Parts: sequence; structure tokens; C-alpha cells
Amino acid sequence: MLKALRRPMTDRRAERMLGASAVTVVLIIVAMIVFIAIAAWPSFQHNGLGWFGSGGDVDEQLGEMVNAGADPPPEAYHLRAWPLVYATALTTILAVGIGVVTAVLAAIFIVELAPPRVRAIVVPVVRLLAAVPSVVYGLLGILVIVPFINDNLIQEAQRESVAQVISLSGPGLLVSVILLTLMITPIMIALITDALSAVPRGWREGALALGVTRWRAVMSVSVRAIRPAIVAAAVLASARALGEAIMLSMVSGSKGFAPQPWDGLIFLFEPLRPLAATIAEQAEGIQAPALKASVYAMALVLLLSSLLLSVFGSIIRRSLRLGNAR
Amino acid sequence: MSTGLEPRRGRRERIVGELRLWRPLDVAGVAAAWIVGGLLCLVAASLVLYMGYRGLQYISFDLLISRPQPGADQSETGGILDPIIGTLLIIFLATAIAVPLAVGAALWIVEYARPRWLARTVESAIEVIAGAPSIAIAIFGLAIFQLPFMSWASFAAADGGGVFGRSFIAAGSVMSLIALPSIFTTTREALQAVPGHVREASYGLGKTRWATIRRVLIPSVRPNIATGTALGMGRVAGDTAIIVLLLGATLQLQAGTEIPAIGTLQGTGSTLTSYVYNNSPTGEGNAPEKAYAAAFVLMLLIIGLNLLVSAIGRRSSSSELPR
Repeated sequence: MLKALRRPMTDRRAERMLGASAVTVVLIIVAMIVFIAIAAWPSFQHNGLGWFGSGGDVDEQLGEMVNAGADPPPEAYHLRAWPLVYATALTTILAVGIGVVTAVLAAIFIVELAPPRVRAIVVPVVRLLAAVPSVVYGLLGILVIVPFINDNLIQEAQRESVAQVISLSGPGLLVSVILLTLMITPIMIALITDALSAVPRGWREGALALGVTRWRAVMSVSVRAIRPAIVAAAVLASARALGEAIMLSMVSGSKGFAPQPWDGLIFLFEPLRPLAATIAEQAEGIQAPALKASVYAMALVLLLSSLLLSVFGSIIRRSLRLGNAR
Repeated sequence: MSTGLEPRRGRRERIVGELRLWRPLDVAGVAAAWIVGGLLCLVAASLVLYMGYRGLQYISFDLLISRPQPGADQSETGGILDPIIGTLLIIFLATAIAVPLAVGAALWIVEYARPRWLARTVESAIEVIAGAPSIAIAIFGLAIFQLPFMSWASFAAADGGGVFGRSFIAAGSVMSLIALPSIFTTTREALQAVPGHVREASYGLGKTRWATIRRVLIPSVRPNIATGTALGMGRVAGDTAIIVLLLGATLQLQAGTEIPAIGTLQGTGSTLTSYVYNNSPTGEGNAPEKAYAAAFVLMLLIIGLNLLVSAIGRRSSSSELPR
């Protein structure tokens, strides 16, 4: 046996061995989706599409699941997860929206505008920001930004006006979006910068030769040409933002509440808790079957949305590429 | 643009003169790009300076070599030795699993990739892993490692109850999924960049395909594998969700069984990330000074890995920014 291993491998065996490692990766993914779906099934079975609806207090519902114990009655599965789904969507859309604009501007700055000496500083800076662990952002958020907002931005009148429903103490939508944007923008900058520097020089020079200013040439030729890359970057960033659990559980206020835009400025300070953060916080009580099903249902929703996002991204990328004949 | 006919002037004057001809919206665009660039540097500088200030303020040699203790007050909670060991252990386990898997898959995709549909499936599977939220991967790992026949990976309750499902083995192997995509992507791109005639030269010398892979391809893409691995290590070191769910987050390393060495792998512990999380005001410990110190060590580790990546990159002149 050992001798057979030491002999040079035959080609067929080598192909099988390498193929096996590739197939393992596929099997892991399939197993992941199947396992999570099976564990999540009871929750969707009892709630139907009402799972995504609103009604009642989510935190109370989750608490009752723990109390229901090892053999829960069917009504213990009752869950209306709208505030959590809404919080995930809200933070992701806001962060990616702000992030895309920032990332495109930053990429233009790095590739087109910055003098070489400045670029030599900015590129490592972006790399550093992309590598900072999210828990460090979370720590800075909870120890620096949250106290600042609590002391300086929230007024007493605002606090009192919503005192019966929620307490405004700093953590909330504003901090979450700031930190999430900070977390995902560097990834987008890296991708967009790569694409922008790959635009053929001749294309931009063609525009310049027609008498367009440099900025116009960049915006109308380069940025137009890399639209697929921008979409790809935004999709990747949304997947990161959707799945960020720990940092958001630290700074989001951790309350199953849906911030209302028509509350005016208070909207920014209202606490919330996205799906991913809920999973991270509830995972300890997973011995209770009802809670387990609900937590896995949240994971399934997250997993399927990130899957949908990447499918969506590749479709958009393909259609844009055809239009560009690139 | 300038016509080239005007007399030579300084670069600054030329730019100012050019800007005067621009539409206000365009000038605003350029200004916005500069502001964003400056803001990036400002944010990074304040982040590094603040973390450095706090870290140096609270860190000490004692802290690094003493074990964490339970305690009500920050002065009693001991050091961060166990989280540091935990982080290194997790990085080692995750890389040990991810590198063979990712390199093997990349070699298969570039060199064989038959049947076609399977190759396409493998590529999209890795894209799915790269996009999947780490919390979803973590909870999948919990489902797997709590299965009764997985009790060897952690430990079962003494009364024949459920499997605990949280251990270094569990966290490390699930973490390998986090490191996998970056190793796979860098290796695949490097392999695709190896020109075809290099392979043909090797075949021409009578080498088999496997010998070509072993003796020609793998040596030539080794720096890229190293780059991908270092990037993956960075992501593993920084991930918190998997650790919080799958490592049990006990303060000290606690062996799961009596067997030496393997018992530790079957046991629970903490890493720097989970230590920071648990000692932040939201966690159970609430010792901000210790959290700052641990975060500082974590940042040093991450920056070190990044320097490693760029050092390898400079030697093999690959692309400027990470993916």
C-alpha cells in the first residue's frame, strides 16, 4: 500500500484525485443548503408566507420559543420576522448605496486623478481598511461612536417622545450604516480599481481627442465600460453586508424593531436587529426545537438571498457586456 | 485639454486654467473624488492611530503570556494567552484543510475540467461559498457537528444526551470554507496565466500530465498559492461569527476528552475575535481595556499578513489590490 503511494501517480489516478477535491467542494455546498433547509422546514410549515409578515413583538415570540421547551406545541412556532428582514434590507441597501458612489469616486481618484506619490499611500490604505476585522469596527463603534451619538446628537425631547416604545441610547441605524459602509466600501474599491485600470488607454484617448475634458472622458467612457464590474462589486458587497452578524449585533441596539422613516430624524437613532445578528445572538438557545427551526429559517433566508444576489449579478453582468460588445 | 500652443507654464497653473473651462458639475465631480480619497486616508489614519494608542496604553508583556481568568473587574481577568493560541490553532487547522482542497480543485478546473457541466458546477459552488454569509456557514457547521456520529469531533454529554458540537476541530474545518475561495481564485488565475507552451515543453520531454503538474505547474504558481493562503488566513483570523457559534467561547482552552493534544482539539476555547466580542460592553465580560489590547494584537496579526501578501506580490509582481 505504502509502496503504491510512493510510486509516481498514474495520470488517471491523479485526475480522479484532483476531481475528487473539486467534487467535495460541490458536495459541501449542496449539503449546506439541504441541511439548513431541512432544519428550517418546521418554521415555514407552521407560519407559511406569514413568516415574512409583521405582527406582534418578534423578541417576545423568540422568547416564547425558548420557554416552550423540548416538546413545543405547534403555536410555539409562531413567528412574524418582518422587523428583522426589514432591518437587514434597510442596512444593506443604505450601506451599499452610499458605498457604491464612494467606491466609484475613490477608484477614479486612485486610477485617474491621484499623482503617483499620493496613489502609493491610498492603495495600501484601501488594502488595510479591507482587511480590518469586523469585530474591530464593532468595538470602535460601541466604545467610540455610540457614546458620541448618545451624548451629542440625540436630544432629550427626542428620547422622551418615543420612551414608551423604545429607548434611544446611541446604538441604532446610524452607527450600523456608518460601520457597514466603512466595512464594505474598501472591497468595492479594490474590484472597481482593478476594472478601471484595465480599460484600454486608447478608448479614453479617443474621447480626449474628440475634445472632451478629462473628467468627461472618464465618466462617459471608462465608467460606462466598467458597469459590469461595478455591478459585480455591489453584489459582492451586498452579500457581505447581508451576512454581517457580529459587528451589527454589537452596534445595532439589538431590538426587534422596525425603524420608521416618517419618524423624522429619530429614524436614524432607532434600534434594530438584522437577521444575521439575530442568528448569532439566539444560537445559544438552539436546544429548544422551535427556536432551532426559526434560527435555521433565518439562515436559509440569508443563504438564499445571497445566492439570488449572485445569480442576479451574473445575469446583469452578461446583459451589460452584450450591450458593450466587450 | 490644452492645445499645446500656449507657452509652457507650471503644472498647477495649467490645471487651474483647464478647470476654468470645465462645467461646474464636472469640477464638483473632481472635487468629490479628491475628498473621498482624502477621507479614506483620514479614516484609516484615525483608525490605526486610535487603535495603536489604545492598544499600547493597555497592552503589556504580562498580558500576552498570562491566561485569562474569570473575574468581575478588569484588573482580575488575566491575560490573552489562550485567545492568541486559539487564533493560531484555528488558522493552522483551517489552512491545513483549505489549501489541498482549493489547490486540487483549481488544478482540476484548469488542467482537466471534464465533464464541462461538472467544471461549471464547481466554479459556481465556489462562488456561492465566497458569497455565503459566514453566519449561515457557521450554523450549517453546528448542524453537521451536532449529528450523533460526529461525536469524535467534540464530545457528547456524559448521560448519553446530545453531542455538544463545538470544538477546535469543528470551528477549524468550517473556517476552511472561509479561506477556500481566495486560495482557489489566486491559484486558478496563476495556472491560467502559465503559457501553454510551457506545458507542451514538459510533455515533449516525455513527462506525464501528473509529472508536469507536480514538477512544472505547482512550482511556478507557488507564490500565488502563498498569496491566496495569506489572504485566506487574514479572513480566518478576522471572522467572528463561526468562532462564536462553533468554538464554545470558553475563556481558557478546555480539553474535550482526556486524550492529550487531541483532547484540546476536541475541546473548546476562544480566539482574539471572540475575546474582543465577549469583552466589549455588549458581551458578558465587559472589560474594554482587555478588548482594546486583544484587538490591537489582532490588528498587528492582520497587518503582518498583509505585509506578507505584498512582499510575495512584489517578488512575483502580481496585481496591486486584493480581491
